Amino acid sequence: MDLFSQEKAPIYEALQKFKAMRVVPFDVPGHKRGKGNPELTEFLGEKCLAVDVNAMKPLDNLGHPVSVIKEAEELAADAFGARHAFFMVNGTTQAVQAMIMSVCKRGDKIIMPRNVHKSAINALIICGAIPVYVNPGVNKELGIPLGMSISEVKKAIAANPDAKAIFVNNPTYYGICSDLKTITELAHRHNMYVLADEAHGTHFYFGEDMPVSAMAAGADMAAVSMHKTGGSLSQSSFLLISNRLSTGHVRQIINLTQTTSGSYLLLTSLDISRRNLALEGKSIFAKVTSLANYAREEINKIGGYYAFSTELIDEDTVFDFDRTKLSVHTRAIGLAGVEVYDILRDDYDIQIEFGDIGNILAIISVGDRALALERLVSSLSEIKRLHSKDKTGMFDHEYINPEVVMAPQQAFYAGQYPVAIRDSAGYISGEFVMAYPPGIPILAPGERITKEIIDYIVFAKAKGSFLTGTEDMYVENIRIVEE
Amino acid sequence: MELWYTEEHTDNVRFSIKVDEHLYTGQSEFQRIDVFKAKEFGTFFTLDGLMMVTEKDEFIYHDMIVHVPMATNPKIKNVLVIGAGDGGTVRELTRYATIEKIDMVEIDRMVVDVCRRYLPQTACKLDDPRVQLFFEDGLKFVRSKENTYDLIIVDSTDPFGPGEGLFTKEFYGNCYKALKEDGILVNQHESPYYESYAKSMQRAHKRIKEFFPICRVYQAHIPTYPSGHWLFGFASKKYDPLTDIDERAWNSLGLQTKYYNTEIHKGCFALPNYVKELLVRAGE
Ligand SMILES: Cc1ncc(COP(=O)(O)O)c(C=O)c1O
Repeated sequence: MDLFSQEKAPIYEALQKFKAMRVVPFDVPGHKRGKGNPELTEFLGEKCLAVDVNAMKPLDNLGHPVSVIKEAEELAADAFGARHAFFMVNGTTQAVQAMIMSVCKRGDKIIMPRNVHKSAINALIICGAIPVYVNPGVNKELGIPLGMSISEVKKAIAANPDAKAIFVNNPTYYGICSDLKTITELAHRHNMYVLADEAHGTHFYFGEDMPVSAMAAGADMAAVSMHKTGGSLSQSSFLLISNRLSTGHVRQIINLTQTTSGSYLLLTSLDISRRNLALEGKSIFAKVTSLANYAREEINKIGGYYAFSTELIDEDTVFDFDRTKLSVHTRAIGLAGVEVYDILRDDYDIQIEFGDIGNILAIISVGDRALALERLVSSLSEIKRLHSKDKTGMFDHEYINPEVVMAPQQAFYAGQYPVAIRDSAGYISGEFVMAYPPGIPILAPGERITKEIIDYIVFAKAKGSFLTGTEDMYVENIRIVEE
Repeated sequence: MELWYTEEHTDNVRFSIKVDEHLYTGQSEFQRIDVFKAKEFGTFFTLDGLMMVTEKDEFIYHDMIVHVPMATNPKIKNVLVIGAGDGGTVRELTRYATIEKIDMVEIDRMVVDVCRRYLPQTACKLDDPRVQLFFEDGLKFVRSKENTYDLIIVDSTDPFGPGEGLFTKEFYGNCYKALKEDGILVNQHESPYYESYAKSMQRAHKRIKEFFPICRVYQAHIPTYPSGHWLFGFASKKYDPLTDIDERAWNSLGLQTKYYNTEIHKGCFALPNYVKELLVRAGE
C-alpha cells in the first residue's frame, strides 16, 4: 500500500471543489441543495444536502467511472490489496449478489455453507445457480454454526467437480473463520472461484493480528461492508476482485442491478473511511481489539455469561476467530440472547447488534469508547442479578441443517400456496424464514420443513425474535411448494 | 481589558463572571479543566466550560450532600464517594469522627491534581488516613461491590461526558447492590428549572425509584449553578430522612456549618408544586 497516495480522497476533494463553484442546479435531485425541503435540511444539515448531487462531469459517474471515482477505486484497491475495488451503494447485499452472478449462470453449481446471509441465497433465486451446501460445524454448547472444515469442502469438491465457485463467510457474524487459504488453494486447483462474504471483515485488511483477509488469502472476490466496522455510511460497501476476474465483466454485472443515481454521500463516506483506515487502521483496530478483550474479561468475571474468543479455535471448523467481535452466550443464566437483547434496549437504553436463541452480539468498531463498554458490562451484571432464571426448558440449538429438495429459484417460482406454519411439517418451503439480524435463513426456498424447524421458529417467536421472510407479515403462514 | 467567563445555561441564557485571572487550563483524557480567579466568587473551576465549584458558594452544595444523610443515620461508618474530585464532599465527611472509611472514586486524576493545587479549601482532607482514592470509572468500581457501604454519595458532573454512566439504571442498580441493607444513596440530582436539566432530573428520579423503597428529593439554592435552584436525591433501603432524622444526636456533635441545620433538613424536602409534578410525571 502506497501510504503517500492514501492521503488523497478524490471524491471528497472533488465535492469540495464542486461546492466552492456554486453551480446553479437545473438537474436532479429536485431538492436543489436542500432549498426545496427546508425541514429535511434543518434535520440533516445544509452541508449534507449541498453534496447530495447527481453524477456529472466533475464528479464522475459510478456506472462508468473515468475520473475521480476511478481514482478513488484505485486507491481503495491499493488499500485492500485488491486488483480492483468497486464502490457499492446498494449495500453488501449487492456486492454479494454481484460476486455470485459474476461467476455463476443458471444451472451452475456453487459450493457454500448453509449459514450464509440471505443475500447469497437471493442471488441464487435471481440467477438460477444451484447451491451445494457444506454442513458448517456446529458448536453444541453455544448453539452456533461455525466455519467449513477442509474435509467437508474436499468432499463437496469431489462430488461436484463441475461447481463454479466456493462461497465462504470470512468471518461469520459471530467472528468464526474457515481456513480460507487452504480452501482457496483447493478451489483453484479444481478451477473454481473463491467468493468471500466479508460483511463482517473490513478490519481484517487494516488491523494487525487479525484473521487473514480474502485478498491476502488469494480469494477471487470479496464483499466488504465498510459500513459495518469501517465507519462509512449505512449501505456503502466495497466489492474487491483479484486477478482472475475481468473488471469490465464484473462492472457489467454490477450495472444490472445498481442504481443510476449513486449517492455521493455514500461514495464520499467510502472514500474518507478508506483514507482513515489506510492511515490509522492499525491503531484504530488495536484499540477495538483491546476494548473487546477487556469487555470479554469483565463479562466473564460476572459469571453465568460466556464471552467466547480464541479458545474456540480448533484448526478445523473454527480455523480462526475475530477478536473484535463481542459475542456472549447467555443461556446459562436462563435467558435467551434475544431476551437479553430486549432488556438491554428497553431498560438500559443500550442497542446491540442482535440476540439469537443462545447468544448476544455487540459490535465493537472504529467508533467505540471505553466508558460505553462499562455501561454494557454493568448492565449485563444487573440483568443477571435481576432476571436470571433456571435454564431448563431453554432451546439448546441454534442451527439446524436443512434438507434441500430443490434449487431456490425453482422453488421460488413454482406453484405455491400458504399453510399455517405449525401445520407445515413435511412440505417444501417456497420462501424464507429468518430472524433479522442476523438474516441467516432458518428456512430457504426449496427446503423441507421439519418439526424441529417449526419448534425452533415457534420458540424464537415466543422469545421475541424479529422474524421475517414470509409474505405473511405476521409469520403465521408459510407458502409451500405444490408437489 | 475585561475578561469574562461565560456558561450557557441554555441556548438562550448565559451566566457570566468577571475573571481576574485565568489560573490554569489543561486537557485531560476525559475533559477540559480550567481554573479562574474572580472577585465575586474567589477561585473557581470548570469542566468542559461548565461550573463545578467556587470558593464562595461551595459550602452550600457540600453541606447539603453530606449532612442530610449523616443526620439521618449518624451510625454511618463506611462511605463511598463517586466523583467529587474537588474534595469538598470528603472534607465534610471527615468531620465525623465516627466514619471509619471513605472510598473516593474519581475517573479523572487530573481533576484531583488540579484541585489540590488551586483549591486547597476543598481538597484539604484528601490525605486523611480514612480516605482511599481510586482513579477509575465509578460505574466499574461499584460493579464488584456487594453489601459493603452504609452511604454512597454520587457527586457527579452532568449526565453528558464522563458523568454519563452515573445517571443510568445499571449504575443505580449496582449501587443498590453495593449498599448494606440500611444503606443510603445520595446523588447530585440536577435542576428542575431549565428543560434539559429537568429531563435529566426526571430520568434519574425514575431510575432510582425502580430500586429503592424510600426515594425523596431535596433542594438547595446554589448561586452559580444553572437557575440557582438545585436538587439532590435521597434514596434508601430503610431510613426516611424526614422521620428518622436524629436531631438531638446531630446537634450534639457541635459541627459548625454555614448552610445546613436540622431545621433546613426538615424544610428542604418541601418542594415547589411544579417540581413535585415533574417528579410524579418522571415515570411517564
Ligand atoms: C454476512 C452478511 N453478508 C451480507 C450482508 C448484507 O449487507 P448489507 O446489509 O450491507 O446489504 C450482511 C448484513 O447483515 C451480512 O451479515
